Amino acid sequence: MSAAHDTHGHDGHHDEGASHGSLKDYLIGFFLSVVLTAIPFWLVMGDVLASKSATAIVIMAFAVVQVLVHMVYFLHMNGKSEGGWNLMALLFTLLLVVIVLAGSMWVMYHLHMNMMPVHDMRQLP
Amino acid sequence: MTSEPQHWSFLLGKLGPDSIPNEPIVWATFVVVALGGVALIGALTYFRLWGYLWKEWFTTVDHKKIGIMYMILGLVMFTRGFADAIMMRLQQAWAFNGSEGYLNAHHYDQIFTAHGVIMIFFAAMPFITGIMNYVVPLQIGARDVSFPFLNNFSFWMTTSGAVLVMASLFIGEFAQTGWLAYPPVSSLAYSPNVGVDYYIWSLQIAGVGTTLSGINLVVTIVKMRAPGMSWMKLPVFTWTSLCSNILIVASFPVLTAVLALLSLDRYVGTNFFTNDFGGSPMMYVNLIWIWGHPEVYILILPLFGVFSEVTSTFSGKRLFGYTSMVYATAAIMILSYLVWLHHFFTMGAGASVNSFFGITTMIISIPTGAKLFNWLFTMYKGRIRFELPMMWTVAFMLTFVIGGMTGVMLAVPPADFVLHNSLFLIAHFHNVIIGGVVFGVFAAINFWWPKAFGFKLDPFWGKVSFWCWVVGFWFAFMPLYILGLMGVTRRMRVFDDPSLQIWFVIAGLGAVIIAVGIGAMLVQFAVSILNRDKLRVGGDPWNGRTLEWATTSPPPDYNFAFTPVVHGLDAWDEMKRKGVALPSTGFRPIHMPSNTGAGIVLAGIATVCGFALVWHIWWLAAVSFAGLIGSAIVHTFNYKRDYHIPAEEVAATEAERIRLAAQGA
Repeated sequence: MSAAHDTHGHDGHHDEGASHGSLKDYLIGFFLSVVLTAIPFWLVMGDVLASKSATAIVIMAFAVVQVLVHMVYFLHMNGKSEGGWNLMALLFTLLLVVIVLAGSMWVMYHLHMNMMPVHDMRQLP
Repeated sequence: MTSEPQHWSFLLGKLGPDSIPNEPIVWATFVVVALGGVALIGALTYFRLWGYLWKEWFTTVDHKKIGIMYMILGLVMFTRGFADAIMMRLQQAWAFNGSEGYLNAHHYDQIFTAHGVIMIFFAAMPFITGIMNYVVPLQIGARDVSFPFLNNFSFWMTTSGAVLVMASLFIGEFAQTGWLAYPPVSSLAYSPNVGVDYYIWSLQIAGVGTTLSGINLVVTIVKMRAPGMSWMKLPVFTWTSLCSNILIVASFPVLTAVLALLSLDRYVGTNFFTNDFGGSPMMYVNLIWIWGHPEVYILILPLFGVFSEVTSTFSGKRLFGYTSMVYATAAIMILSYLVWLHHFFTMGAGASVNSFFGITTMIISIPTGAKLFNWLFTMYKGRIRFELPMMWTVAFMLTFVIGGMTGVMLAVPPADFVLHNSLFLIAHFHNVIIGGVVFGVFAAINFWWPKAFGFKLDPFWGKVSFWCWVVGFWFAFMPLYILGLMGVTRRMRVFDDPSLQIWFVIAGLGAVIIAVGIGAMLVQFAVSILNRDKLRVGGDPWNGRTLEWATTSPPPDYNFAFTPVVHGLDAWDEMKRKGVALPSTGFRPIHMPSNTGAGIVLAGIATVCGFALVWHIWWLAAVSFAGLIGSAIVHTFNYKRDYHIPAEEVAATEAERIRLAAQGA
């Protein structure tokens, strides 16, 4: 836990916590995000992969990378911005999103299994 | 009454002459409220107070005044919610031996729904937000919160939601679904009227306020602490507020999303939570408890902070185990996200899911228990002063432990299969919410009232209120534990088994004792205000330990003429021990945010918009929504955002403070 010596906000001047990107950064980000959008389109339009579920998984992986590209090149987030708080907040958000998504899927899957119209109580997991 | 054919007109939507409830009890209430309202408006006009209220209160961006307004909102809604409670108690004590009681099913179902919604969203939430708003900036040595206008806007949005709930009493109806409005009963098929729509839009509008005030306080605590106040020197109350607000920011979007999906089901005919086309009502239950469980920790965590401050102040000692208190709070914050399924063990998940969530629930009692031992060890060998805040704290410890233990019982899935939705559950959560949140709010009111107004609360009426509350609580809820163990379920309107009646009569008596406690508290406020000159105190009436006690009571608009520098935990206590005096010369003009009416205007338009959406008055909804966007844009062109308090004025205020301190006041 770092000692914070912030007086920002008291005098109304701008916050220097986050860096502002250069033109080069924006161009790299733009290029990457276009490529990362084009490939999933190509995968779907061209029926490149044999199985549909494989395509879906690959597209989701691209989506995750896309999110990271946006955060790094457009939102200028890194381990140091805002004294590390951005990274900490991001990790906390990820933890909660994982808990909510994974937990809901687990719970709903179980409910689905056990609440089918006809089920045998002895088969309960 | 509930199933008449729906009519709709372009001008008034579903609103019509039959929208006025056909209930004598509601008419009588309306007459009383209308007379009271006319008297209030008349008095405000007669004493020419409208300008004062508008300039000094409604448009204020001062976190202290906004905090006080939150407390008033909470108190008003708390009395409304309690009126619902005592009506339920009367009905349940009455409706035996073939009697229908005095409430029909339609009315009774609205009452238990409104009681839950109002007590959680419009009493408990404004109370904790109000306390955090008032105390946190003072504790961290800041002038205000990070976004003062946003704070005013948040308050008025919360009020807007409360206004919609109150309007539902006289125009139309409220939901008859229970406080979480589970589908399918809340779907269009089973709740075709406006009750659930009032529920949805009042919570959505108030939710905007809650989320924004959560963001505001998180940013305030992270960015605006006094120099030297590192994380492990943060007062405990500020720590618990931080964790509570992080939970608000992380969990309220889930509520917003799930209510948005429910409104899509009701308004445009989607099937997220129906049984058709792949929809699942169980998904609603799952999602709303992902918000709902963190919500109860949002409510209790700041009060844990209050109890910590009160215990250490009135024991005259540092808080025992500060570090473990901080880690326990953070652990509770994370764990509160891992337990939501314990609210629906019986819905049909298998043994592995149920045991996982049962175990995580039991684990939460470990950090909570650690906190309790910390408070006990703080009191151990302390010089305890049993003033009112400390009395509430001791009552909390005794009461909350019982509620916690019944909670662990409910966390055992097989036990829950017997007790689920029984009155045992009702007794359990009232035990923790009244014993924890309500007692904590009263401890906080008695503790910080002198800071906010410059005089103490009358101890005699405070003690009357205290004993009525504590005794009344035990009378009102212990019978419900017993009834729950006998298998009586919640939300019942009439009963067949006459042997149960005695327990409901006892519970009803308990509610009456609590009513006396509430009355005594209102008398306590009135008596204290009338005798304020006798009860007048200085800046530090309790021999406090944290920075809010370093200023005058009430604090000046700018809180601190110079930002204090902090060297240790309990900064004010350390300053007193080292004899550090606040500077008395060299004042500079202080930069302050200006008041603005934008918050109340935006929230007023939001209320109209919500009302129009409830009644399907589409033209009004469209116009008011456009007005909402337009007013927000107009507000961005308001450049009169700040002003300076001249150095001479600061010097005069501070000289008065020093003069009072020299008098020993």
